[in-house]
Amino acid sequence: MSGPAIHVERLVFAYPDGRQALFGVDFTVEHGERVALLGPNGAGKTTLVLHLNGILGSVAGGTGSGGIQIGGTGLHREHLAVIRRKVGLVFQDPDDQLFMPTVRDDVAFGPANLGLRGAELDERVHEALVQVGMQDHADLAPHHLSFGQRRRVAVATVLAMRPEVLVLDEPSSNLDPAARRELADILSELDVTLLMITHDLPYALQLCERSLLMDDGRIVADGKTRDLLGDAELMSAHRLELPYGFDPLSVSGPER
Amino acid sequence: MSGDGLLVAVDSRVHRVPAQVKLVALFVFVLAVVSTPAPVFWAFGLYAAMLVAAVVVAKLPVHVVSRRLAVETPFIVFALLLPFVATGPRIDVLGLELSQSGVLGAWNVLAKGTLGVVAAILLSATTAPRDLLAGLERLRLPATLVAILSFMIRYLSVVSDDLHRMRIARESRGYAGGRVGHLKAVAGGVGGLFVRSFERGERVHLAMRSRGYTGRMPLLSQAGAVRSQWLEGLTISLLAVLIAVMARVVGL
Amino acid sequence: MHVPDGFFDAPTSVATGLIAAGAVGFSLQRANREIRETGPALAGLTAAFVFAVQMVNFPVGAGTSGHLLGGALAAALVGPWSAVLVMSTVLLVQGLLFADGGLTALGTNITLMGLITVLVGYFLTRAVLKALPRRVGSVVPAATVGALVSVPVAALAFTGLYAIGGAVDIPLSKLATAMVGWHILVGIGEAVITAAVLGAVVATRPDLVYAARHLQQDLVLVDADGNTSTVSPDRPIAAKPAGRSLGVGIAVTLVVAGGLSLFASAHPDGLEFVGAKLGFETAAKSSAAAGSPLADYGVSGIGNSEVSGALAGIIGVLVTIVLGLALAKLASLRANKAS
Repeated sequence: MSGPAIHVERLVFAYPDGRQALFGVDFTVEHGERVALLGPNGAGKTTLVLHLNGILGSVAGGTGSGGIQIGGTGLHREHLAVIRRKVGLVFQDPDDQLFMPTVRDDVAFGPANLGLRGAELDERVHEALVQVGMQDHADLAPHHLSFGQRRRVAVATVLAMRPEVLVLDEPSSNLDPAARRELADILSELDVTLLMITHDLPYALQLCERSLLMDDGRIVADGKTRDLLGDAELMSAHRLELPYGFDPLSVSGPER
Repeated sequence: MSGDGLLVAVDSRVHRVPAQVKLVALFVFVLAVVSTPAPVFWAFGLYAAMLVAAVVVAKLPVHVVSRRLAVETPFIVFALLLPFVATGPRIDVLGLELSQSGVLGAWNVLAKGTLGVVAAILLSATTAPRDLLAGLERLRLPATLVAILSFMIRYLSVVSDDLHRMRIARESRGYAGGRVGHLKAVAGGVGGLFVRSFERGERVHLAMRSRGYTGRMPLLSQAGAVRSQWLEGLTISLLAVLIAVMARVVGL
Repeated sequence: MHVPDGFFDAPTSVATGLIAAGAVGFSLQRANREIRETGPALAGLTAAFVFAVQMVNFPVGAGTSGHLLGGALAAALVGPWSAVLVMSTVLLVQGLLFADGGLTALGTNITLMGLITVLVGYFLTRAVLKALPRRVGSVVPAATVGALVSVPVAALAFTGLYAIGGAVDIPLSKLATAMVGWHILVGIGEAVITAAVLGAVVATRPDLVYAARHLQQDLVLVDADGNTSTVSPDRPIAAKPAGRSLGVGIAVTLVVAGGLSLFASAHPDGLEFVGAKLGFETAAKSSAAAGSPLADYGVSGIGNSEVSGALAGIIGVLVTIVLGLALAKLASLRANKAS
């Protein structure tokens, strides 16, 4: 593998309705790193991660400029298929991600697009469902699952493509405490580079050693999660608040 | 309302018939019914008996079938008006002067419509939406249409839930409103609903593309139906065709 | 207006079935590019939306209610060809899963509610759009007119089909006045909802409105160094220039409205044929039962003659068009003042 897992340079983007979301974003994530992407609502976090596999941006015919490299491969139109296999994107609302009639069909959707068929495809689907503990629900329709289960299946749909980089958009939102912990257990077991948008700051500290702080379409801070969360001035300047009674310096994080 | 809320989840011979067979059977049956001349009353009796038998074999609760028959209501009203407004010779029924052709026409609309509705209920109550889609795919419905259908059925419940939540939000804020106010509130809510639905459609498409979608949906179909399944599934429909032919020859 | 099985005779069902199949096939071909770009998910969600909205009833008057058909709205939002597919999908699901509308009448239902409302709605929208200021917001009054007119025209088409292949002979004049009169009211509701929906979409995501894609303004972009530049917005599917849309719009409307009305008035006794086929001697005489429930919806003063009834149909549609155009003019005047 050559080059960092994610390398973003001078990224600019405006939506078709004229609203500009990114104003020059730069950052690099190395292989195996786990990085949280923090920031207030409307900072451009989701817009940024949608660029990482070429869904938004000039490569998709949008309005913008700048460069992105994934594992050393430049994000260009001719590499889109490769990039989309390498970068797995889990959307915030599992209903956006689970669009097929059954869980099995849905997890199979990605690998089938990669050309897998028959027994090989079944095996890949089963493997991904086992990773998130949903193998017993393969034949159910998505809307018969609980929200937490749907979120886990959404992760499985992406894992089935064996991505090198896993990007999650607010994975802990709307989960009850047990489902939130179960998902954390699953995520911490995975052997991938992880980039995770979240408003759940303890979750960021628990899972990610490093954090990026984004506001107004720019990266405004980049450092150890514990240091960022401990910087009260920086936090309040960008509308971030720790939960009541939570002290980032007193709990254990992913650092060993 | 969700697509498979319509499925009555029991196991029966009718449930096990492959969806494509049931689709063809439904179409042939309704075609036979529609082409039967209205005055041949015994034919409709036989059709109804066969449908009742199928409902029994499918183990469908009577109240489910009767409740779903309600979709027919507007046309029952239309049919009941026909004897009064149709032209032609008049007959006296209980002191009312009715048009003879209108009475027959009402019977025609009611009998054929009801048989068609019951037959369609039989299909939707015994077939999971996914199987129905696979059946349509097997019957060579264009892939684009199958894909649109598939997304529509998947998101029907999501969109209906959105609509429901918006109504509750409106009413929980003490909304009552007169007629004009009602129309405005409904219209405004619907506008928001469309933006939500549309943006979800975009996100779903993004989710598909990020998993390597290039314009071709994976096939849903599994094994095709064998001859015995075709014969079993089409029994009633073939009988109906026979009855329709006899009604033409003998009935008039 | 969901027609059940056995409502029209077999030839009519077959003929409309062929029309519908042709229209869907043609639309598939034309929409292929749109669907490749925006994905079947978008069309599917639009269909789910139309389906959900058809369940919302709005009061029409006299204690009754109507519901949105959505053809003109869908056409303005996703383009006419995708809209035909969307409406056909909705009708297919309603017929197959909910038994709403007969399976053998699917072709009739697609022709009436999936094809006529969409085409009349869309081409009128484009036509009116030409007369309004070149802004995305103009699509709201334009589509309102399209929606308003599309519903009574579909009702008139229903009457025309009834004249050709209705199962019972009822006086066409009454049917025409009742159907059109009634559906002008439904059309007003349709217009209000269409306007509200498009208004909401134009306010939040103007780039989504297919019928107004060509009216979008250029974007101003600020790059990493703070330099600004102007770029044209991305137009995945550029709408075709509206060159002939005025002509096409009027032609489609007139062919459907005028043609069918003329047919209805030229063949006042076309229905007797059905009665004869059923084995009855029929006296071709319209012994109209005045004060019958259906006649209540009729335009009063226009009596029992077949011709005047069909005329009422045409007049109804024309009045709707004029009304709609006036509304559009008014709306655009107010919008101009505001800006």
